[in-house]
Amino acid sequence: MLMQAGSDDNAQTLTGPVLSLDGITKTFPGVKALDEIRLDLHPGQVTALVGENGAGKSTVVKILTGIYQPDGGEIRVDGSARRFPSPQDAADAGITAIHQETVLFDELTVAENIFLGHAPRNRWGLIDWPRMRREAETILRGIGAQVDPDHPLRDLGIANKHLVAIARALSIDARVVIMDEPTAALSHKEIEELYELVETLKAQGKAILFISHKFDEIFRIADRYTVFRDGQFVGAGLIADVTEADLVKMMVGREVSQIFPKRSPSIGEEVLQVAGYAHPTEFADIGFRLNRGEILGFYGLVGAGRSEFMQALFGITKPSKGVTKIDGKIRVIRSPADAVANGIVYVPEDRGKQGAITALPIFQNVTLPSLARTSRRGFLQLAEEFKLAREYTRRLDLRAASLDTPVGNLSGGNQQKVVIAKWLATQPRVIILDEPTKGIDIGSKAAVHDFMAELAAQGLAVIMVSSEIPEILGMSDRVIVMREGRIAAEVQGDDLTPETLVRHAAGI
Amino acid sequence: MTTLHDTAPGRQIPDRLQSPLQRRLKSWETLLLLVAIGIFVANSFASPYFLNAWNLSDATFNFTEKAMIAFAMALLIISGEIDLSVAAIIALASTAMGAAMTAGAATPMILLVGIGTGLACGAFNGVLVTRFGLPSIVVTIGTMSLFRGISYIVLGDQAFRGYPSDFAFFGQGYVFWVISFELVLFAVLAVIYAVVLHLTNFGRAVYAIGNNATGAEFSGIRVARVKFILFLLTGLMSGIAAICLTSRLGSTRPSIAFGWELEVVTMVVLGGVNILGGSGSIPGVVIAAFVMGLVTFGLGLLNVPGIVMSIVIGALLIGVIALPRLWSKWRAA
Repeated sequence: MLMQAGSDDNAQTLTGPVLSLDGITKTFPGVKALDEIRLDLHPGQVTALVGENGAGKSTVVKILTGIYQPDGGEIRVDGSARRFPSPQDAADAGITAIHQETVLFDELTVAENIFLGHAPRNRWGLIDWPRMRREAETILRGIGAQVDPDHPLRDLGIANKHLVAIARALSIDARVVIMDEPTAALSHKEIEELYELVETLKAQGKAILFISHKFDEIFRIADRYTVFRDGQFVGAGLIADVTEADLVKMMVGREVSQIFPKRSPSIGEEVLQVAGYAHPTEFADIGFRLNRGEILGFYGLVGAGRSEFMQALFGITKPSKGVTKIDGKIRVIRSPADAVANGIVYVPEDRGKQGAITALPIFQNVTLPSLARTSRRGFLQLAEEFKLAREYTRRLDLRAASLDTPVGNLSGGNQQKVVIAKWLATQPRVIILDEPTKGIDIGSKAAVHDFMAELAAQGLAVIMVSSEIPEILGMSDRVIVMREGRIAAEVQGDDLTPETLVRHAAGI
Repeated sequence: MTTLHDTAPGRQIPDRLQSPLQRRLKSWETLLLLVAIGIFVANSFASPYFLNAWNLSDATFNFTEKAMIAFAMALLIISGEIDLSVAAIIALASTAMGAAMTAGAATPMILLVGIGTGLACGAFNGVLVTRFGLPSIVVTIGTMSLFRGISYIVLGDQAFRGYPSDFAFFGQGYVFWVISFELVLFAVLAVIYAVVLHLTNFGRAVYAIGNNATGAEFSGIRVARVKFILFLLTGLMSGIAAICLTSRLGSTRPSIAFGWELEVVTMVVLGGVNILGGSGSIPGVVIAAFVMGLVTFGLGLLNVPGIVMSIVIGALLIGVIALPRLWSKWRAA
């Protein structure tokens, strides 16, 4: 047995997978998160792991990095079975992960962040600062980051922080690199840089596990794919042999005929007029009009000031000047409460922190801004609350065990439905959706898009902030492109092409 | 119940899987009530004087004044803030009443001064926290020294004495047989606070803010206004407690109610309010008040010195908080 494994080993270092999962099963109380799945990672190749939310992708990552222990099955590194009782063991086996949100420390330097927990030691067991600085510099140069290792992290921009997170993952001598939605927070240019980095890592012979919801990315950089559905292995193979439609079919188990709903917009009279909105640092000179039944897209790079402006419109950030007119009358909006009273509502990008109160049950989240309507003289009326919550959660096709379930127990897509239901229950005139489908699976995405179209058809004025060009093009009647806090262009009709949007957003 | 894999659109989601009664039976309050009953039974065996109506009535004074503040404090802590200046507000309000009395004010005026001082102190805390965005724990540690400091400046080692005889009713009067005015006030306030927290929109906002203040603000709740009202209420309750306590003692010294802020917070936490905010109930605080009152009284009857009493209360707090967590950990492991 041992002999055989050894001889296999030699053969596999040349051709076989560096890491394979075979028949891995993981059960949580009441849920089988993984059911005998398999996954192979090959050196010098990118394997895309594809699946809807809840398919078991994150569980696999946690098993590979030693956070969870599998209930059954085998993890093989170079053909021999291994166990990872702790994250340290996984790191020792050369497995590292770049997470969606790596925890970094603002008050430490770049080098300290990179080597936190495994800093090089000198012969007295103290941190070897010169060596740490040197090695940090080497890693940063290797990924093309122009960052001084001695700089405190807090002075860095989001993009550079992300590079530091990547450098941190690469600071252990990794053979397997897991990238879990690495592009979720990146702008167009940064994504391109990330692709280059992936190519570099491939050339170094590292095996890469790439997790993403975005098909254009997968087809751009992956060599192989593995598909999970509901914790089960569905298929694997070479990317060159499949089409996007094949993958979608494997993921959802059915054909998804069209991704964006067909609309025949009937645009009505003007609802909202914004003029001269300005903020000392975030945005300047923002003005536009919005009509009933219209979907107005806001496109731009991350940091273009779109969310900041939307939050000013919603009364959260205080603008230095600017006028909001609703139905031609000037309205003063100094707080979200004012905005809601005037029929403007905002579905924020950060669902967990700003959108929902995750510890409270679904029905209380839905009725929170509508309590004045569901209550009598300030006293709660639970029957009325449940009635309202039932009505709007059903319209959004929410999936939940009961309306009394805390929102935090729901999947990302269903949490988003609760936030949208909450605002629709206030019967708004204008709804602002900030990255409404970010990080949610393709099934829920289609539901949100369909619903957005339906809302516009019912006469609601919709503002959609999105960084995904297909979504902007697929949904918007008109697009405003922002760059560095200003409106760079307003595009509609035949001018709505990916090229125009990217050109205006980048200022070329 | 439909299964989770049912994909028919617009399917009905049940309102609740567990009735409110089922949930209540498994709650913290139930456990605490059992503890209270246990202590009551143990006390009645430990001392022959325990089961005496007048003795029990006297025992309620151990907690009524603190509990009044604890109700408002519970709301404040659930909202994610805290007020450590409550005992100092009592001192300042009591001093102000003493000064008013010395200046010749009659009882109604003295009452107004006590309540007014409490409200003013609460408003001061509230403005510092909500307007200037300072952390409430820092603000109220500061005002704790400030308010009591003013009392010391005014009184030094002196005391205000000689309150009018009709003023004595609020701390010493009985409404019916052994039922004191303070006990009635405690009961009325308990009901009012329970209704406000559990049955009104305002109470719902308090929970929402405590769980996620940003999310509440983004949901159109006027977070700063709600928090300001909560500070005002804690100030008001401290003012009312100052009236009861001053009336009961019949005099004002600057050290009055010294250290009460910790006992009030202990009562709130023992009552199941999460010190980090977001959850808790008034019935829990009411039962916790009885538990603390019974323990203090029972130990008093056994001639246990005060310092040992505070050790027992501390051990009780840690025990009652830690045991359920350890229990669920053992079960999970």
